[in-house]
Amino acid sequence: MRRSFFPVIVVVFALIAIWYVAVVPMNIKMALTDAERSGMVVTPSGAKERRDRSAILLVAQNPFAIKATFSLERPRLPAPHQVTIELWNSTVNKKITSKRSLIFHGWITLSATLLGFAIGTGLGILLAVGIVYSRAMDMSVMPWAIASQTIPILAIAPMIIVVLNSVGVQGLLPKAIISAYLSFFPVVVGMVKGLRSPDHMQLDQLKTYNANSSQGFWKLRLPSSMPYLFASLKIGIAASLVGAIVGELPTGAVRGLGARLLSGSYYGQTIQIWSALLGAAFLAASLVAIIGLAQRITLKRMGMS
Amino acid sequence: MTNNPVISARDLSLTFETNDGPVQALTNINLDISKGEFVSFIGPSGCGKTTFLRVMADLEQPTGGQITINDVSPADARKSRAYGYVFQAAGLYPWRTIGGNIRLPLEIMGYSKSDQAKRVQDVLKLVELSDFEKKFPWQLSGGMQQRASIARALAFDADILLMDEPFGALDEIVRDHLNEQLLDLWRRTNKTIGFVTHSIPEAVYLSTKIVVMSPRPGRISDIIESTLPDERPLEIRDSPEFIEIAQRVREGLRAGHGPE
Repeated sequence: MRRSFFPVIVVVFALIAIWYVAVVPMNIKMALTDAERSGMVVTPSGAKERRDRSAILLVAQNPFAIKATFSLERPRLPAPHQVTIELWNSTVNKKITSKRSLIFHGWITLSATLLGFAIGTGLGILLAVGIVYSRAMDMSVMPWAIASQTIPILAIAPMIIVVLNSVGVQGLLPKAIISAYLSFFPVVVGMVKGLRSPDHMQLDQLKTYNANSSQGFWKLRLPSSMPYLFASLKIGIAASLVGAIVGELPTGAVRGLGARLLSGSYYGQTIQIWSALLGAAFLAASLVAIIGLAQRITLKRMGMS
Repeated sequence: MTNNPVISARDLSLTFETNDGPVQALTNINLDISKGEFVSFIGPSGCGKTTFLRVMADLEQPTGGQITINDVSPADARKSRAYGYVFQAAGLYPWRTIGGNIRLPLEIMGYSKSDQAKRVQDVLKLVELSDFEKKFPWQLSGGMQQRASIARALAFDADILLMDEPFGALDEIVRDHLNEQLLDLWRRTNKTIGFVTHSIPEAVYLSTKIVVMSPRPGRISDIIESTLPDERPLEIRDSPEFIEIAQRVREGLRAGHGPE
């Protein structure tokens, strides 16, 4: 833990430094336009003149405007501290029930994520059991499962929403189904591998006990598959979150992290977009960490770590 | 109980179909094993000794001849749980304790909870692992793990024990110790034991009957009835009688190998 702390901190600081450096040329034109409007002398004068100039050259010619690039209201690239302040204001300083609270929107997305993850994991395990025990399913289901993942989720998400809406299903479930669509696949692949992981000797051994196939499943195959299941769950939960956010985009949803991203881009609220993005990243990291913890505890207790 | 042999093979043969053509793993095998015998199968790799053991256990199907276990087919014998099988590796489940691993076959066979607990205690005592019931496999040495796997094969009342190079992966000293224990266990339980090995001293030390096998095609080249007494301290391996039997086994192996 202590050994990994230093490199992690160094990388984080490096990223923030690169971010700050990038803010200046990204926002310089906007900052110069504002400065000119408030009566300052800008070289060259006139937004039209500056449009095709290199951003770095403009920074060099107008160093007085550098400070302003960090505090624009609608910057092309918001500075890290602007995003941090927005994150703070939209979480700690807002009531959770407020429409402007990122926690409120995060919960909307999280609930769809968790429901979708549960459906996807359940479906994935069932399909994997079917594939392992039935040759017909092995031949027929796997190609479709793979094909399902080659369709861009952005293309199929609106169709799922529209079709379900036309039969009266709205709200949480359509988003959860898109989540499940993305998360069942890693679970199928991992569980098929895991359920097939017992070696010949172990299977022969059960045969000598004259064990039936359900005993073989519960006593050998399922416990053997646990390391594979957890690896899949980590991928699955992250995919679920992506699915839930994507599910919020095409419908013009008003709630959820996806809705924050969408409305931010409608109104040029880049700070809002970035804070929603960081919020989503934080949520994904937390979910993966929780599964990682469950994995460590479970496998340790099973003597498999 | 009749005096019929416990295991009886007549003109048994097994041919594997491989991509390189048929491989005769077993040909013309004739063998009777009586109740309470300790029979070793010895020979170089490819001689079919493990395959023969697996045929007895219904893990391989013969392609010719007959074989009976307790007067029935190997499949019926397996279904009536007539034998316990010990593999080369201990194969204990890491997520079960030693006690839990030994309980595995008992759970599968539907023994009652109280019966399971009693049997686990009994067989652990038999292999001298009584203090380790609650330990997990990784907490035990390789030799202890293999003893636990023998206990697992003994937990249900099969009177045949089939062992496929159970001590092959263990070092000499542990192996000697386990051989002594196995003999002791065999005398106390009066089980019929089929034991695959490629160690001549091990085969001679343990067996009442040594079956020498040779490869290409896999066949029996000699069957040696041991003249050693049932009571066998480790020192017996230096006796002239022991050396004489070992010599005969060695000759059998050499004859089977041909002029190479």
